[in-house]
Amino acid sequence: MTETLPGAAIPNPTDGAAITAAVDQAIAAIAGAADLDELKAVRLAHTGEKSPLSLANREIGKLPKEQKAVAGKLMGASRGRVNKALADRTAELEAENDARILLEETVDVTAAPRRRRAGARHPLSTLQDRVADIFVGMGWEIAEGPEVESEWFNFDALNFRPDHPAREMQDTFFVEPPEAHLLMRTHTSPVQVRSMLERELPIYVLCPGKVFRTDELDATHTPVFHQFEGLAIDKKLSMADLRGTLEHFARQMFGDEAQIRLRPNYFPFTEPSAELDIFHPGAKGGPRWIEWGGCGMVNPNVLRAAGIDPDVYSGFAFGMGIERTLMFRNEVGDMRDMIEGDVRFSEHFGMEI
Amino acid sequence: MRIPISWLREFAEVPAGATAEDVMAELVKVGFEEEDVHRPTDTLKGPIVVGQVLSLVKEPQTNGKTINWCQVRVVPEGQEQKLTGKGIDPSGVQGIICGAHNFVEGDKVVVTLPGAVLPGNFHISARKTYGHLSAGMIASVRELGIGEDHDGILVLSRIGLDPEVGADAMELLGLYDEAAEINVTPDRGYAFSIRGVAREYAHATGTVFTDPASKVLAPAALSGGYGVKINDDAPIYGKPGCDRFVARTVRGVDANRPTPQWMVSRLRLAGIRSISLPVDISNYVMLELGQPLHFYDQDKLSGDIVVRRALAGEKLTTLDGKERPLDPEDLLITDASGPIGVAGVMGGAATEVGDTTSNILVEAAHFEEVSIARSRRRHKLPSEASKRFERGVDWQVAGIAAQRAVDLLVELAGGTADEAGTDVGTAPDSVTIELPAAFAAARIGIDFTEEQIVTSLEDLGAAVVKNDGGWTVTAPSWRNDLETKEDLSEEIARLVGYDKIPATLPVAPPGRGLTRVQQQRRRLVQALADAGLTEVLSYPFVSKAANDTFGVAEQGLARTAVKLANPISEEQGYLRTSILPGLIEVAKRNHSRGFRDLALFESGLVFLPAGKMGTESIPPLGAKPADEVLDALYDGVPAQPFHLAAVLTGHDSPAAAAHAPRTWDWADALDIARLAGDILGVELVVRQGSHQAFHPGRAAQLSLRTGEVVGYAGELHPKLLAASDMPARSVALEINADALFDAAPDVIVARQISTFPVATQDVALVVPADVPADDVLVALREGAGELLEDVALFDVYAGKGIEAGRKSLAFSLRFRAADRTLTADEASAARESAVALAGERFGAVQR
Repeated sequence: MTETLPGAAIPNPTDGAAITAAVDQAIAAIAGAADLDELKAVRLAHTGEKSPLSLANREIGKLPKEQKAVAGKLMGASRGRVNKALADRTAELEAENDARILLEETVDVTAAPRRRRAGARHPLSTLQDRVADIFVGMGWEIAEGPEVESEWFNFDALNFRPDHPAREMQDTFFVEPPEAHLLMRTHTSPVQVRSMLERELPIYVLCPGKVFRTDELDATHTPVFHQFEGLAIDKKLSMADLRGTLEHFARQMFGDEAQIRLRPNYFPFTEPSAELDIFHPGAKGGPRWIEWGGCGMVNPNVLRAAGIDPDVYSGFAFGMGIERTLMFRNEVGDMRDMIEGDVRFSEHFGMEI
Repeated sequence: MRIPISWLREFAEVPAGATAEDVMAELVKVGFEEEDVHRPTDTLKGPIVVGQVLSLVKEPQTNGKTINWCQVRVVPEGQEQKLTGKGIDPSGVQGIICGAHNFVEGDKVVVTLPGAVLPGNFHISARKTYGHLSAGMIASVRELGIGEDHDGILVLSRIGLDPEVGADAMELLGLYDEAAEINVTPDRGYAFSIRGVAREYAHATGTVFTDPASKVLAPAALSGGYGVKINDDAPIYGKPGCDRFVARTVRGVDANRPTPQWMVSRLRLAGIRSISLPVDISNYVMLELGQPLHFYDQDKLSGDIVVRRALAGEKLTTLDGKERPLDPEDLLITDASGPIGVAGVMGGAATEVGDTTSNILVEAAHFEEVSIARSRRRHKLPSEASKRFERGVDWQVAGIAAQRAVDLLVELAGGTADEAGTDVGTAPDSVTIELPAAFAAARIGIDFTEEQIVTSLEDLGAAVVKNDGGWTVTAPSWRNDLETKEDLSEEIARLVGYDKIPATLPVAPPGRGLTRVQQQRRRLVQALADAGLTEVLSYPFVSKAANDTFGVAEQGLARTAVKLANPISEEQGYLRTSILPGLIEVAKRNHSRGFRDLALFESGLVFLPAGKMGTESIPPLGAKPADEVLDALYDGVPAQPFHLAAVLTGHDSPAAAAHAPRTWDWADALDIARLAGDILGVELVVRQGSHQAFHPGRAAQLSLRTGEVVGYAGELHPKLLAASDMPARSVALEINADALFDAAPDVIVARQISTFPVATQDVALVVPADVPADDVLVALREGAGELLEDVALFDVYAGKGIEAGRKSLAFSLRFRAADRTLTADEASAARESAVALAGERFGAVQR
C-alpha cells in the first residue's frame, strides 16, 4: 500500500457512480486491513490529502454554483461512510490488539512463588487462649502468677502438711538455697491462693500457666508442662456447681455431646476430691473415658489460709493439663513433639487448633 | 497395692468367675485407680502336672555335658492317661531329657507336657534331642515364671509338698489365682491391706464384708511378757513417735520349714518374694491386716527393749548389711546392746531371725507418721513397713496382728506361744466430728436422706449418734484421714456414688474480661505469628555459661541467676535470664533436621533474682499469715518479667520460580523488635548497641523514650554462632515485653487530619561518619517545628564527592499546616530551621 493511488483519475464530485466506486474501494481496503499499521496506510491512501476522495472534494470549488450543493452533499455522505468504516475498523483492531496483548501476558498461576509466609502459633498457646476465652465468656477472669514461687503458696497454703507423702509425690524442683523455701511451682494452684488473698469475693478465676515437675522427658512426661486451673469461691457453692461448670466447659471444648464423669480421689487442697474423666467418642482405638484432670470442693484449710471464712463461703476448684488435652483432642501421639520446637509441629496447626 | 483375688474373696463376696479387671472396675467407683492385672495364666498354660521320676539314666555327651534321660510317670500308678494330644504317651509315662542334676529317681517334679505354654511364649512339644524323643519338660521355678531360682528343677518335696502323681501342678502352685493392682491415694493408709480393700470392695458392691480382724482371737490384755519401755523425749510436732508396742514370744519354731504354697502364691501375686517361713508370715500378716511387724531372734536380744530417739553418734547395721549413722531425730528400737532397729523403717542385722532361730519375739507397734517419713527419707529406705506407717496404721489392730502372727508361727512353724505378752502405750483419743444435718447436702448438692448419711458412715466403721441438728460421728480407728465434716461429706458422696451428683451452672458476677496486659500479650504474640514467625516453646533450664553470655551485656560479668537444687541435668542447672539460649537450641534442632530458613519466636518468663531470696521460714497451714509475713513471702519471690525473643536464619521465604528470597539480616531483627513496639503503640529508641552475644558492629540497643533499656536486636556474634553450630549471620532479638506493656499509652488522643496540600522538601546533610542517622533525624524533627508532618531517611552515602570520615544522609521532609496552604517560603524556612539545628548539634552541612 502507498499513501496515494498513483495514476488513479480524480473522480468527478458530481459523478455518483465514480464516487461510490471510490468509496467502495476505500471501504474494501479498510475491511482488508489486518492490523493497525495496515489500517494506518489505508487511512492515508483513502482519506489523505492526495486520496481520490480528497482530491474529488477539492474539485467542488471549481464547480458551477448550481452543482456545488449536490456535489457537496454527495461528497459529505461518502466521506462520512469512509470515516465511519475507519473508526469501526480501528475499534475492532484495537480490541483485537488489546486481547492479544493480554493473552500474551498469560502466566502459569500454579507456578506462583510464595513470597510471604504465614507464621504459626504454638498449639499449646492457642489452646490456652481458647480455654481462657470460654471462661471469660462465662464472666470468669484470668489470673496469673510467678513460676518460681514460695513454698508456702505452692504447698502449705494448699493444705499440704509438711512430711505428708502427697507433698513428696509432687516431684518438686527446689531452688538454691533450700533454706529460702523457694521452688518451681508444681501446679498453678499457688495462683489460686494469690487470687484469694488479692481479690474481692466472690471469686471466679481461671489460672493457666507453666508448671514444673522433675520428670525426665519421654513420650508421655515432660518436666515443663502447662495447666489451667479454675477456682470459684462464693456463698453456697456445691459439688453440683462444680459438675455443672465442668460439663459446660467440656461441651464448649468438645461439642454438645461431651460427657464427663467424676470419680473419688484425693488432693490435700480439696475435700471432697474427684478425678475428672471425659468421654471421647472419637478416641483412637474406639470411644472411651479419658482421664482429664482433678477437681473438688476447696478444703476449708485453704480458705482459712487466705483469710476466708469457710462457714460463710465455699468453693470449688479444678485443674487440667493443656498438653494432655491437646494430646487426646488433636491426637498428638508423642509429648516430645510439643516441646522440641520442631517448626513442622507448630506450622501444621498455623493459627488454629 | 496388689490384691490377690482369692485373698479378697476370704473377706468380701466376690462373685465366682470375677476377674481382676472386674474387681478393679468396682474399686474404681470408690476412688482407687486401675494400675495393672497380674495373672499367671496369661503367660502359662497347661497341661502342667505332677510327675514322678521312675528312672534316670545319665548320658555323657560329646560337648562335655551330661544329660539325664528320664522316664516320668504323670498319671497315678495303675491308671490310664486321660489326656490326649500329640506327644502325650497313652501309657502315662513320658520320656524326658533333662539337663538339671538336683533330683533323683522317685522325686516328684513339675512336668510341662506337650501342648503346654510357658512364659515367653515357649511352646512345649515332643522333640528329638540327644538321640531321644523328649516329650515334655521338667520345670524349674524360673521356667514357670514363679521365681528366680534356676539352679535346678523344682523338686516338690523340698517345698514341703507330696501331691498325688498326675495332679494339676498349676492348681498346686496357686497359679490359677490372679491379682488386681490398684493405686492408693496417700490419704488412705488403711487401703494398703486386704482388710481395707475388702471393706472398700464391699462399699462398692453393696455386699457383706467380714473383717479379718474379727477372725483373730486375741487376749483382751497382756502382761508379763518381754520388757518394753517407750521413752520418746523428743516428739515431732508434740506427737509421741510410738504410742503402742505389742510384743509376743513364740518358742521352739522351726525357721526352716517350707512356707505353704497358698501363702507363697498370695505373697507372689502381692509382689513379695518368699524368703523364709518367719519372714513370709510377717509379710503375710502385714498385707492382710495392714500392720507392719518385726520379728526378733529373742535369744539375740539383751535386756529390755527401749523405744527412744537416737543419740548423737549412734550407728546401726541394718538388715541390708549397711552401717548407717543415725540422726537424733530417728526413732529407734534399742536393747541393752544399743540400737537394734530404726522404728518402722528397717530392723538391725544383729537381732535378725535366721535359720537357727528358735525363739521369736513378735513386734507389732504403732509409730507416728511424720517421724517414720523423715527417717525413711533420711536413710533412703523405702520399705513396705514405712509406706504404711507414713500413711497411718490402725492403732487398734496391733494386738490382733501380733496374735495372727503368733497363730501362724504356731500352726506353720511348729512353735509354742507364751501366754505372757507385752502391750504398752496409750491409745490416742478417738476423733469425733459434729456433722450438721444439712451440711453434706449443701456441700455435695445431693439431697441425702438421713438413712443414706447414717448408713454410709456406719458402713465405713464409724459410730454415728444423732444429736440436735445433726450427728456426732466417731471415726473408725483405721481412718486417720477423717477429721472434719468435709471429710465425712466426701465419704457419704463416695458411698452414695459421685454419679448421683447433679449438674448446676453457677453464674459468675459480671467479669471484666482480659486485663490490659493479657490483651497486650495476646496481641503481641499473634502479631509476630501474623508477621511470618513461628512460635515455639523451650525449657527454661540453662547452663551458667549461657546465662552469663546472654543475660548480661558486658563481657566478663557473671549473671545472677536462680540455681536449682535438684536439676534434671547439672549442666542445665540454672533458670534462664534470657530466652535466647533455649531458642537457639530449638533453631539448631530444626536446622539439623533440614530446615534452613527459620524465623522462630518464643515468649515467656525469665528469672532475675535481686535482693533477698525467699524466706527463712514459712507460716503454718490453715491460717492466714500476718500481713508482714505475707509481704515477706511476696518480696522473697524473684522478679520474673515476660520476655519476647526471636531468632532468624536463612531466608525470609522459600525459593521458588521467578522469586529470589531475601536473606534475613540484622535489620530484620531490628524491624521485628520495632514492629513489636508499633503493635503496642510504644516507640522504641534505637542506639548503636554493645552486647557480648551480638556482633560488635551490628547490634542495636533498644530503649524507651525514658531511657530504660528494654532489649537488643541484631546479628549474633560470629564466634558464638560458630561455637553453637549455627549458620553464620543468624540474627536475633530479645525485649522485655513487660516494660513495653507498661509504657503503652492508656488513651491515644486523636490528631487533627489536615486536608491542606502537602509541601515536600528533601535535604542532604553531610555529617561525621560516626553520627547516628537517627540522631540527625531527631534534630531535624525538632528544628523543623510544628509544620513538619513527617521526616524519613531515604539515602545514606559515603565515598566519591564526600570527604573521608564523613557521610551524607538524605532526608525527605513533609510539611503541612493545619489551617492553610503552605507557601514555598514557609516550607523552606522550616527546612532551614531544621537544618540549622542539625548543624548546631552535629556540624551537619547541606550538600
